[in-house]
Amino acid sequence: MSNDLINVSIWRGGEDGEYQTYQVPRLESQTVLDVVTYIQRELDPSLSYRFACRVGVCGSCAMTVNGKARWTCRTHVSKVAEGGQLTLDPLNSMPRVKDLVVDMETFFNKWADAKGSFKGDKTRDDALAYISPDDPKRKISSAGIECIGCGACYATCDVIKWNPDYLGPAALNRAWTLVNDERDVTGLERLAAVAGDNGCLGCHSQQGCVERCPKSLNPTGAIAGLKRETIKAVLKGELS
Amino acid sequence: MSASALRIETYLWLAQRVSALILVICITVHIATMIIAVQGGLSSEEIIARIGGSKIWLSFYLVFVSSVAVHAPIGLKSIMREMSQIPTNRIDLLSILFSLIIGVLGIRAAFGLYGLGGA
Ligand code: SF4
Ligand code: SF4
Ligand code: FES
Repeated sequence: MSNDLINVSIWRGGEDGEYQTYQVPRLESQTVLDVVTYIQRELDPSLSYRFACRVGVCGSCAMTVNGKARWTCRTHVSKVAEGGQLTLDPLNSMPRVKDLVVDMETFFNKWADAKGSFKGDKTRDDALAYISPDDPKRKISSAGIECIGCGACYATCDVIKWNPDYLGPAALNRAWTLVNDERDVTGLERLAAVAGDNGCLGCHSQQGCVERCPKSLNPTGAIAGLKRETIKAVLKGELS
Repeated sequence: MSASALRIETYLWLAQRVSALILVICITVHIATMIIAVQGGLSSEEIIARIGGSKIWLSFYLVFVSSVAVHAPIGLKSIMREMSQIPTNRIDLLSILFSLIIGVLGIRAAFGLYGLGGA
């Protein structure tokens, strides 16, 4: 293989399928998403994949790149294509739809199950809440808020592979940002939703999710926080 | 999930952490004693002379085996839930059984050694 070609093996099909191989010209500052786009536009228009923003904001382009879940629009080929080889698979732990596209419905439903949406009790006539940027809880919340919902953490988490009911790092991280949001009124209802073995107690704390999060978030730390708060609530008899 | 199931899962999780803490201390004492005792050879007479009839050692080993009987089955339960296809209620039953076996054998052994002592 010439130095200015990349050898790209891509999973084609759904749960059943096979790898198909393409040769793609090597360009400077080329991302993995550029490679996939080149294949679809120039070599094989039947290839399905997902992207939107191309700048690391929307979270839709995550795939398994040489065995690791990554956001492909911000992953440079030069960083990952060992020996000029790229192997692309859809994300793990999500049903395969076609080629590189997975069904993320369960992944996002778990955010809802973890009470991942904000619920306030103020109206437009109330004054805005004043929460100082130095407020400790606000800092905790801010630390986890930049999640783009890419699913890289979820696809990496072993516990989800073993227990499909486990809520997973992204949903639990989201819940933790809201537990620390003083304007939110969901309170104990959310703690009950994230407690137990299918929630925060299922986490093995080995930080695969932290390792793979493209936004450098710390879902393991968030889950540890949820463990503390749910256990306190159980000991106080508040979750009964 | 029901609130009572959540409570049980949480208490089991806590029980496993607390028993782990106790085990750290017990195992340290156990291994330190072994290393000290083995100097100059090991004989059953020597072990019985040290432990037999001693209420302190009896209490120590009762705490030790009880912690094992709490700690190990909870871990086994998690491993079986994650790694096997065994139905949950059967896993719970197996874990309880495992706990009873460890507990009964351990407590029996602790009292057995105590009974061999001089007092
Ligand atoms: S630390 Fe917890 S949430 Fe993260 S990958 Fe491991 S088990 Fe999953
Ligand atoms: S926590 Fe990180 S890896 Fe997980 S979905 Fe959010 S941005 Fe992606
Ligand atoms: S395309 Fe939006 S994050 Fe990659």
